[in-house]
Amino acid sequence: MLKKRDDFEDMLEERRNSSDLRYALRCYTPLLYRGVTPCTSSSLKSMVLQSDHIHYVINQVSKEMGRDTDDVQEEASAILEEMAQHLQLSTVRFFAFTLSKIFKTLFKSICVNEEGIQRLQQAIQEHPVVLLPSHRSYMDFLLMSYILYTYDLALPVIAAGMDFMGMKIVGEMLRMSGAFFIRRSFGGDKLYWAVFSEYVKTMLRNGFAPIEFFLEGTRSRTSKSLTPKLGLLNIVLDPFFKGEVFDINVVPVSISYERILEEALYARELLGVPKPKESTSALFKARKVLSEDYGSIHVYFGQPVSVRSLAHGRVNRCQFNLRPRHIPKRPREDIHNFVNDSAYRLVRAQEENMALKPWVLLATLLLQNQAVGQNQVMALDELSEQAVWLRDLSWQYGAFLLWPDNTPPSEVVFSSLSLHHGLVRISEGRVQLALEQERRAGPGEPSCNLTPEEGLLSEAVIILSCASYRNQGLHIFVRPALLASAILTASSNKKQEVFNSFSFLRNMFSNEFILCPGATVQDFEEACYLLVKTGALQVTQQEFLVTERGHRTVAFLASMLDPFLQGYQVVCRFLCEEATETLTEKQFIPAVRKFIIKHLLAGRLRYTEVLSSDLQKNTLAALLRLGAVRKIKGAEQEALKVNKVMVNSLEDTLGGKLPTQETVVARL
Amino acid sequence: MAFSSIGGSPDRQRVAQERLKIIARHLQRPGDGDSAIVAAECKAQGSKSDASSERRTVPRRRQEIMKWNGWGYSDSRFLFNKKGQAEFTGKRYRLSGMIIPALKDWMESTFGASMQHKTSATPVLNTSAVQPPNLNDAFVEELKSTGIPFSCDAEDRTFRSHGHCLHEIFALREGKFGRVPDMVVWPSCHNDVVKIVELACKHNVCLIPYGGGTSVSSALECPREETRSIISLDTSQMNRILWIDEKNLTAHVEAGIVGQDLERLLNESGYCTGHEPDSMEFSSLGGWVATRASGMKKNIYGNIEDLIIHIKMVTPQGVIEKSCQGPRMSTGPDIYHFIMGSEGTLGVVTEVTMKIRPMPEYQKYGSVVFPNFEQGVACLREVAKQRCAPASIRLMDNEQFKFGHALKPQVSSIFTSFLDGLKKFYITKFKGFDPNRLCVATLLFEGDREKVLQHEKQVYDIAAKFGGLAAGEDNGQRGYMLTFVIAYLRDLGMDYYVIGESFETSVPWDRVLDICRNVKARIVRECKEKGVQFPPLSTCRVTQTYDAGACVYFYFAFNYRGLSNPIHVYEQVEHAAREEILANGGSLSHHHGVGKLRKEWMRETVSSVGMGMLKSVKDYVDPHNIFGNRNLL
Ligand SMILES: Cc1cc2nc3c(=O)[nH]c(=O)nc-3n(C[C@H](O)[C@H](O)[C@H](O)COP(=O)(O)OP(=O)(O)OC[C@H]3O[C@@H](n4cnc5c(N)ncnc54)[C@H](O)[C@@H]3O)c2cc1C
Repeated sequence: MLKKRDDFEDMLEERRNSSDLRYALRCYTPLLYRGVTPCTSSSLKSMVLQSDHIHYVINQVSKEMGRDTDDVQEEASAILEEMAQHLQLSTVRFFAFTLSKIFKTLFKSICVNEEGIQRLQQAIQEHPVVLLPSHRSYMDFLLMSYILYTYDLALPVIAAGMDFMGMKIVGEMLRMSGAFFIRRSFGGDKLYWAVFSEYVKTMLRNGFAPIEFFLEGTRSRTSKSLTPKLGLLNIVLDPFFKGEVFDINVVPVSISYERILEEALYARELLGVPKPKESTSALFKARKVLSEDYGSIHVYFGQPVSVRSLAHGRVNRCQFNLRPRHIPKRPREDIHNFVNDSAYRLVRAQEENMALKPWVLLATLLLQNQAVGQNQVMALDELSEQAVWLRDLSWQYGAFLLWPDNTPPSEVVFSSLSLHHGLVRISEGRVQLALEQERRAGPGEPSCNLTPEEGLLSEAVIILSCASYRNQGLHIFVRPALLASAILTASSNKKQEVFNSFSFLRNMFSNEFILCPGATVQDFEEACYLLVKTGALQVTQQEFLVTERGHRTVAFLASMLDPFLQGYQVVCRFLCEEATETLTEKQFIPAVRKFIIKHLLAGRLRYTEVLSSDLQKNTLAALLRLGAVRKIKGAEQEALKVNKVMVNSLEDTLGGKLPTQETVVARL
Repeated sequence: MAFSSIGGSPDRQRVAQERLKIIARHLQRPGDGDSAIVAAECKAQGSKSDASSERRTVPRRRQEIMKWNGWGYSDSRFLFNKKGQAEFTGKRYRLSGMIIPALKDWMESTFGASMQHKTSATPVLNTSAVQPPNLNDAFVEELKSTGIPFSCDAEDRTFRSHGHCLHEIFALREGKFGRVPDMVVWPSCHNDVVKIVELACKHNVCLIPYGGGTSVSSALECPREETRSIISLDTSQMNRILWIDEKNLTAHVEAGIVGQDLERLLNESGYCTGHEPDSMEFSSLGGWVATRASGMKKNIYGNIEDLIIHIKMVTPQGVIEKSCQGPRMSTGPDIYHFIMGSEGTLGVVTEVTMKIRPMPEYQKYGSVVFPNFEQGVACLREVAKQRCAPASIRLMDNEQFKFGHALKPQVSSIFTSFLDGLKKFYITKFKGFDPNRLCVATLLFEGDREKVLQHEKQVYDIAAKFGGLAAGEDNGQRGYMLTFVIAYLRDLGMDYYVIGESFETSVPWDRVLDICRNVKARIVRECKEKGVQFPPLSTCRVTQTYDAGACVYFYFAFNYRGLSNPIHVYEQVEHAAREEILANGGSLSHHHGVGKLRKEWMRETVSSVGMGMLKSVKDYVDPHNIFGNRNLL
C-alpha cells in the first residue's frame, strides 16, 4: 500500500549558502492566472462595494431595519476596510528577509516537494486556485507565503482570524503580506456575511491571487485534523456552481512540524490553563523559543483537485438558473452535502500527505506503555524493537513515514528522543516520559509545594504534548483501530455483530476523527482489507478470526482507541451523575474537568489524557448529535438537557457492558 | 468622433442591389423531371398570379443542382487549386471564382491540418448500397390513382434521409446510408396533402414532412425502430405565393417555398418578409414554422412567430386553422403555438399568411472593433437596453475575427501570409488593441436613408462608450456576405480531416460572458480528455439581442487525425457542451429545434407536466403516430 509520493527538497539549504538580503530583494515575477483581470487592492474594494450582491443586501438591510441606505452603505465600507488585505511586495520582502533569519535558527530544514510546486504553478495559470493548508501553528500562513515567494509563485491572500488584530503592528504587517481578517463570529449579520463573501468571491473570480484559508477553521491544538468548517469553502465554491468561473483548483497542503512551537501552550490550553492573549509583547516573550531546536518542517503540496471534476454528476448547476445569481440564498441540500463531503475529502487529502517522523511512533508507544502502569520505564532496545515493528505496520497501512535509510534503528530512536528532550527522560539505556521532572517545576521551588491537583495537571501537560504527536499518525490507524475495538467488544465473532459494533463506534467518534459522513461501509471494508492484508485477521463466510500473530496488532490498535473510549465514558458518567437542570454549555467543561480530576486522583481512571477539553467537547457534540443531550432555550442561556437513560446506555455500550443491539445502532 | 471611415462608400443603393443580386443569381431554371416521376399538375384554386413564379429554385430532383453529400449547389465549393491556394468555385456568389490566399495558412495554423493529409468523399452515390424500399402496396396503389407524383428511386430517397448535422454528412461522404424513406411524394397544393394524409392514415404508413432539408437536429432522420413504410412528403413543389394583400401588408404563401424564392418574388412586387435565416437559400417556410426559425434581421421584422398571421395545417384529425386574420386574439392558448415548433410530429403545414413590408429604401453595413469580448458584450447589452438594435448586430469573438480575416479574397497580386495581413491591419488601425483579444461586431442597418444615418450614429456612439472603434463598411459587409458561403467551408474541412459544427442557445444577458467562456473551455477540455490530438477551434458569437438576453452561437471544429471514431468523439463533445450550456442557464435551443438530437433534455427543459401537455396534444392529433419522425417528445 506504499503510495507514490514526491521527494522533498530542503529550501533552507540555499538560504544558508547565499545572501538573505539579495534573496529578499530579488526580482519576483510569478506566473499569474491567465484570465486575471489586473487590479489593485483598493480597486478590488470598490468592485465589491459596487457589486449587485452588496447593493441588494444593503437595500434589504435598510428596509428591514428602517435605516438609511447611505448609513448601511457606510457600514459596509467600514466592514470592508476592517477586513481587506493590502498585499504589498515590500512587506513580503521584509518578511522574506526576517523569516529567513528566524527559520534558520529555529529549524534544521524546511522541506518542500518541488513537484507539488510545479503542479501548483500549472494550476495557478489554468484556473483560480484555493490553497488549503493544514493548521497546526501560527507559523503556517507566514510559512506558506514564504514558500510561494521563494518559488516565484503568486502570493496568496489569506483568511485570518480577527485575534491577530489585537496586535496592532503585527496585524497591519500581516495585512500587508496578504492577510484579510474575519470576525470569529458574526452569526446573523447579513451585511457582514455579504461583504465578506463578496470580497472573497471577487478576488477569486478575477484571479486576483490564490485564496488561502484553513479548512479546519482554527489551529488544531491536538494535532488531530479538526472537523472541517464549511463557511469559506461554500463561498469559494459558489462561483463555480454559478458558472462565474470555469473551474477552481483546490490544493490541499500538508504542513507537518517535527516539533510544534506551541506544543506546551496547546497542552495548557486544553487543560484549562488560560491561554495568553495574542499580543505583540507576548510574541516578543516568545523569543526564548528561538534558542531551541525545532527539527524540520515538511510541507507537501498535494495534487490540485478540480472542483468541476469533483462536482461532476453530483451537483445540478441548473438550480441557479431561475433567479438572479447575486441574490443570496441558502444552499440547497445537495449543495450542502456536496460541500460537506468535499471538505472531508480535502481534509483526508491533507492527512494522507502529512509527513510523519519516527517520533510520532515513539510517542505512541511511550504513551501506551505509560498507561499500562504508572509511568513505566522502558528499555531503549525494547523501544527500538517496537518502533521497527510499528514502522513496518504503518508503512503497510500506507503511512507517509519518513524513516531515515541506512541508519540503525537505535540511532533513529535516540536522535528522535533527544529532539524532544523536554518530554522524555533517558537514563541508563532506559526511557520514560518526563513526568517527574515537570513536577519539580522551576528552580528553587520544591516539589512538595504543589498540590496533588497541580501535580496532576503538570503531568498532564507532558502527556497531552506527547499525545499531540501520537495524534499526527492517528489517521493511519483509526479505521483498523475501530475494527479492532469492535472485534474485542462485539459479543461474538459474527460479521454482522462486528459490523454493528464498528458502526456504533464509528458513529460515536465521528466528531473526534475525520470519518467521511455516510462512508461506514467503505471504512469498514478498508479496515478489514488492511487487517487481512497484514495477516492479522482471517475472514470466513460468517466470521472474523484474529490470527496468532494478529493479536499483537489488534491489541495495539485497540489501545490506540482506549483513551478516547474512556474519555467518552467518563463524560457520560459525569452527565448521568452530576448534570443539573441548569447546566449550560459554558459550565460544562469546568464541571466535567473537576469531575475527572477527582476520579483521576482517586486512581479510578487510567488515562490522564481524558483531561483534554477537546475530547470533552467532542463527546458533548456527539451526544448532542445523537440526541442524548439536547439544548433547551432557557431564560438567559441554553441549558443542556440530558437524557440519562440514553447516555447511560451509550456509556455501557462504549464500555462493552452492553451489546450494540441492532436497535441502538439503528437509532444512531 | 473617429468615424470618418463610415461615410466612405457613396453608393449605398449598390449594396442593397448587390444583396438582391446574390439571391437572384442563385436562381436557375431547373431541368424537367425525370421519367421516373409520375407527373401530374395540381389544379390549384385560382390561377398562378405572376409569371415569374414559374422560375423556382428547387426541382423535384434535387440532385440536378445540389450535392448529395455536402452543402448547397453542386457547382459551388471550396478547394485548393494546383498552386495550393484556396478557391471558391462557381458563379453564384460574390466570392465565386475568387482566390482566398490566407485560408490555407489559417487552416494549417488553427487545426494543424495539412495539404498532405486528404480524405476525399465517396465521389458518387452508390444506389446499390441503399436498402430497397419497403412499400405498402395498397397505399402505393391508391396514391397512384390520385395522380400525385412520387418516386422510389434510391437517389431521391437518400436525398430526403438526412439534414445537415455533421454525423449525417460524414456518413454520406463515407458512402454509408442508414434507414432512408421508402418513397418520396411531391404534393403541389394543400388538397394534395389532404389526400396523402388520408391515405397514410388509412394504410398506416409513416409520413415525414420534408421542406428544404436544412435541419440540424436530426429531425429528418428516419427512426430506426420504425417498421412501417416511411413516406417523405416533400413540400418543395408547393411553392406559390397565392395572394398579396397590400392593404393589410400580408401575403398568403404555400409552405414549401424556399426563402430565396419567397424574397425574390415579393421583391418583384416591392415587398419583403425580412425573414432571413442563414439557410434561406434552401430552407422553406413550412420548415421555419415547424422549427420556430429565426432570421438574421429579426430586430426589425421579428422571428417567425412574430411574422405569422395565419397557418393551415393538415393533421390525421383533419385541417387545423383559425377562422380570421385578426392581428391578435384572446381565445385561449394560441393554437398556432402547438404548430410552431411541432417539427413535423403533428401534421403538414400547407399554407401560411405572413406579414410583409415594403422593401427597405436603404441598407448600410458597418463594423466596430472592440478591445475585448467583454466590452463587446457590454455594448450589445446597452444597445438592447436602449432598444436601438440595427436590423442585425453580431459580435464575433477573437478567433472568429481572425477567421473572418482568413476568408478575405485576394485583392492584390502580392501574396501576404494571413498573419502578416492581420498584423498590418492592427498596426495601421487599432493601436493599443491586443490582436489576440480584440473582437468585432458587424452591423446591418435598414430603413429610410435619414433614419438609417441617425440610427447608425446612435449605435456608434454607444459603441464608443465601450471602447469600440468603427472599422468600416467593408468588414461588415464581408461578414454578412460570408454567411452564405460559410456552410460550404465545412466540406472543405472534411476533405482535410477537420470536422466541425455550430450550435446555438439563448441566454439571459447576465450570463452571456460566463456561458461563452465556460462552453468554449468545456469543449477544449473534453477534446483533450477524449484524446483529440490537436487543439480544437472553439469559438462563439452573439448573433441576436433581445430585451432580456441574447442568442449565442458556438463553433466547434477539430482535426481528427489519429482518432478511430471521430464522429463518436465529436458527439460526446457536443453533448458535453450542451450540458454545459444548460448548466449555465442557456436554453436547449434558440431556433434550431430539438429534433432527435436534443430530445433527451426535453423533460428537464419543459418539466414533466409540460411534457405531458405536449404528449396529450400529440395523442389527440395523431393517435396512430402517422407523423412518426419521433422528434421532440
Ligand atoms: C447552414 C445553415 C444555416 C442555418 N441558419 C439558420 C438560421 O439562421 N435560423 C434558423 O432558424 N435556422 C437555421 N438553420 C436551421 C434550419 O435551416 C431551420 O431549422 C429551417 O427552419 C429548416 O427548414 P427546412 O425547410 O429546411 O426544414 P427541413 O429541414 O426539411 O425540416 C425540418 C423539420 O421541420 C419539419 N417540416 C418541414 N416542413 C414542414 C411542413 N411544411 N410542415 C410540417 N413540418 C415540416 C420536418 O419534418 C423536420 O422535422 C440553418 C441550417 C443550416 C444548415
